[in-house]
Amino acid sequence: MVKYKKQIRIALRNCGFINPENVDEYIVREGYAALGNALTNMTPEEVIDVIKNSGLRGRGGGGFPTGLKWELTRKVDADQKYVVCNADEGDPGAFMDRSILEGDPHTVLEAMAINGYCTGASKGLIYIRAEYPLAIKRLKIAIDQAREYGLLGEDIFGTNFSFDVELRYGAGAFVCGEETALIHSMEGLRGEPTVKPPFPSESGYKGMPTNVNNVETYANIPVILLKGADWFSSIGTEKSKGTKVFALAGKVNNVGLIEVPMGTTLREVIFDIGGGIKDGKKFKAVQTGGPSGGCLTENHLDISIDYDNLIASGSMMGSGGMIVMDEDDCMVSMAKFYLDFTVEESCGKCSPCRIGNKRLYEMLDTITQGKGTLEDLSKLRNLANVVKDTSLCGLGQTSPNPVLSTMDNFLDEYMAHVKDGKCPSGQCKALMSYIINADACVGCTLCARVCPVDAISGEKKMAHLIDDDACIKCGACMDKCKFGAIFIQ
Amino acid sequence: MDLVKLTIDNTPVVVEQGTTVLEAARSVGVDIPTLCYMKLDDLEFENKPGGCRVCVVEVEGRRNLAPSCKTACDEGMVVNTHSVRAINARRTVMELILSDHPFECLVCAKSGKCDLQSLAQDLGIREIHYQGEKSHYKGDESPAIIREMDKCIMCRRCETACNDVQTVGTLSAIYRGFESVVAPAFEMDLDHTNCTFCGQCVAVCPTGALIERDYTWQVMDAIVNPKKRVIVQTAPAVRAALGEEFGLEPGTLVTGKMVTALRKIGFDHVFDTDFAADLTIMEEGTELLGRLNKFLEGDKDVKLPMLTSCCPAWVNFFEHHFPEMKDIPSTAKSPQQMFGAIAKTYFANQLKVKREDLVVVSVMPCLAKKYEASREEFSANGDADVNISITTRELAQMIKNANLKFTDLPNDDFDRPMGESSGAGVIFGTTGGVIEAAVRTAYELHTDKELARVDFKELRGFEGIRSATIDFDGLPINIGIAHGLGNARTLLNDIKEGKSEFHAIEIMACPGGCIGGGGQPYHHGDVTVLKRRQKAIYQEDAGKSIRKSHENPYIQKLYTEFLGEPCGEKSHELLHTHYFDKKKKIEI
Repeated sequence: MVKYKKQIRIALRNCGFINPENVDEYIVREGYAALGNALTNMTPEEVIDVIKNSGLRGRGGGGFPTGLKWELTRKVDADQKYVVCNADEGDPGAFMDRSILEGDPHTVLEAMAINGYCTGASKGLIYIRAEYPLAIKRLKIAIDQAREYGLLGEDIFGTNFSFDVELRYGAGAFVCGEETALIHSMEGLRGEPTVKPPFPSESGYKGMPTNVNNVETYANIPVILLKGADWFSSIGTEKSKGTKVFALAGKVNNVGLIEVPMGTTLREVIFDIGGGIKDGKKFKAVQTGGPSGGCLTENHLDISIDYDNLIASGSMMGSGGMIVMDEDDCMVSMAKFYLDFTVEESCGKCSPCRIGNKRLYEMLDTITQGKGTLEDLSKLRNLANVVKDTSLCGLGQTSPNPVLSTMDNFLDEYMAHVKDGKCPSGQCKALMSYIINADACVGCTLCARVCPVDAISGEKKMAHLIDDDACIKCGACMDKCKFGAIFIQ
Repeated sequence: MDLVKLTIDNTPVVVEQGTTVLEAARSVGVDIPTLCYMKLDDLEFENKPGGCRVCVVEVEGRRNLAPSCKTACDEGMVVNTHSVRAINARRTVMELILSDHPFECLVCAKSGKCDLQSLAQDLGIREIHYQGEKSHYKGDESPAIIREMDKCIMCRRCETACNDVQTVGTLSAIYRGFESVVAPAFEMDLDHTNCTFCGQCVAVCPTGALIERDYTWQVMDAIVNPKKRVIVQTAPAVRAALGEEFGLEPGTLVTGKMVTALRKIGFDHVFDTDFAADLTIMEEGTELLGRLNKFLEGDKDVKLPMLTSCCPAWVNFFEHHFPEMKDIPSTAKSPQQMFGAIAKTYFANQLKVKREDLVVVSVMPCLAKKYEASREEFSANGDADVNISITTRELAQMIKNANLKFTDLPNDDFDRPMGESSGAGVIFGTTGGVIEAAVRTAYELHTDKELARVDFKELRGFEGIRSATIDFDGLPINIGIAHGLGNARTLLNDIKEGKSEFHAIEIMACPGGCIGGGGQPYHHGDVTVLKRRQKAIYQEDAGKSIRKSHENPYIQKLYTEFLGEPCGEKSHELLHTHYFDKKKKIEI
């Protein structure tokens, strides 16, 4: 099936194939072999070189070269260093990290130990959201088993390398996925980002050099060491190597997690793997990169997915959310939906994100109410640019993306809302009217009886009428009408 | 130190590595506007969360604008602080901040002294393009501090003062996003927290979000009440700062004009807290000598070092944070309360008025004094020893209400008996002053010899923790000084761990001492303001004919006529107090 043919499983290689609660099953599939080989046959520099040569980049969204990050942490001289796994997966609809932690927890532990060996850290911390109880349970089991087998703890593989891992729970704040906020949260402080530099590699957890990578990044490490940098870098595009897991969702026939080589086109993902648009509708846009990503159009379907291409098109890789929209989706409402999320999740530290996102949301709301003006559109664009340009962390620097990308790609929809007072997709309730076709109405009174706000009047066997001012556009009347007499204008 | 070269607005700049773009820009006359940023050199206060984003500048080759307060200079950096992009961003950010601010400027206590207001003027903001919902928070009115958090702009200066400088930990950011605000945990009222009312949060707040509780109208009500005799006492630090409210240079002494103004406002007697400071020295100094003598006699239970107790925020601090050490500070009341106790007994008797008919007003540089005055133990039959405590700022407002042209007022003298004071009483207003005053008296009482010099320069300065050993004629006395509660905590922890070798420690809660109190004219981040006030205090001391508390003839008279001897029975009844364990008072 095309659906599977176009996929390669690297990060998800063990998910569903092993019992995640049994370390032996992981070991049978070459688990901990990479760690053993690294500890006994390789110097930390050699391991870092493999990672650097593989071209692996951070899968949490930033896309920073992983090997380089490890090297930076290694180079800082300190008595204590830390390895942190960012498992604070917060993008709505994204669950790739959860799947790895639930399906293959040992791969993360193994990779963290390898990182500890490379950077000189003896302590690993996994920052995981408390809303992932199964992942937490399996990680705990995995940590216990690894300790029992001597794969974590003192003198691993008979070497003098010691490393152990502990869990830290997050309370579900989206911003805690930002590495400095995550570290503050682990320190017991308010989950707020701080200005970088200093980067965690210089001054992280408790002020010590700290290597922070996300779950999916770690999941790539053992395979890269086993199969080599050349193998890994043969997959993908020039600047983005390997595969990427996406959470495909929205109006496609096949939804769920997919893992595809970098360079796969959006068209292949949506139409071949995703099986095309549901109910034979027309594709309209795809939103990549989570709530702060941009909406791409039909014109972008043939670009190959990698970090740089997505940014160049006005979106981003993010952690791999991918939401497909069809002709029924209103792009203004879509931007508003995402802003609603970032307004909720802003930490409140910097003014552009704290107040700017709120104002962006309010302006979008005004537009979807049909009360926007042309001036609002230019204000909207200016504010979106300023929020992006001045915010302290990645959250605010990207949160206006849905606004800017929809304004770039679907300006006609904004214009329709503002100039004509119309929502072309018929999604903005304030801009639509339910109307009864007097010729088709037989006066059965059913609509008047189901209307929750008594907005429909009319004598029996006479054509009925909807009072638009009273109508709350719930659509109950249209659903009930047996004669197709009610339509939306 | 390595140097880096960069260009700011086409001007080449060479600075030490680690210098921020903001500092580098200011060194070449480029005045990048800031809002949340505040740094008090020498006072360990630095607030730069990089949160307001007003100071953003354009750095060539950088994707985003850079907050200049948080961005270190790099070799070859090209900075443009006034590109269209930077100006537009700065103004837009400012409009956003203003869009979530109640437009109450005309009736706001901070109007004219508000950093947000002046920045809006400097940027020439004439229209807010982005309007929308405004945030609303629970109000909070304690006896000392009023929190109107609708006016909070999340600069976090108060949080830095409360946590990093004072280590009190009452204030922190709560909630998130648009709802976020700085508040005590669970938005409790300050009254129910471990707040010391030091008022340093108020001193640094850029807006009217944190202000003092205003009692000026209670004072006016008392003055116009024919049944009441209203007397006023003014703390030493007030005279060194009040002039600033009328456009005078910081550090201008306005003692004489202040006395005239108070008379014209209508106070029946104008007295000086310095008198009570002299009295404090008599009591505290005697207490210290008593403890020292016991110690020298081999008494192992004697509590040393003795800590001063004039600062009410400091008293609150140890009651909340170190209650197990509450028998270490001197039991002597603060000068404000000694004044109240003597006024309501000795002086009321002289006037032949009932204590209830005598209203004692204090003018203080301090917000914790308002709280102190309201303490139950400082009252008799429900009548407080000090009825109303107002700040330097409130006094300035009363002077304005009385239509007085302050700068043109003639000088006048305090009334007797409680207006006479020594130079030792004056220096209570600055860090190091209380202990210097105590040394001047304790030395002479202990040695029976006259001091060759009264200026103990080794006790003066601005360093957070200072120490000196004073030779009491062969007996070396180790003195410690801390200002700022964080520094006090350090010394207290040393005592707790048995590491302290001090015999006496002076502690003042506010950085700089009372000259930097929460009720003083706002310094707006200029530490030289405090330094000039300190200089003025020492200047007033140097100009006094009497420099030692025990030589104040009215103090001597008070003991002969009324009190008997220092630390005697009557003194203990009127001039000493006890402390409470307030650690468990925190309620949720």
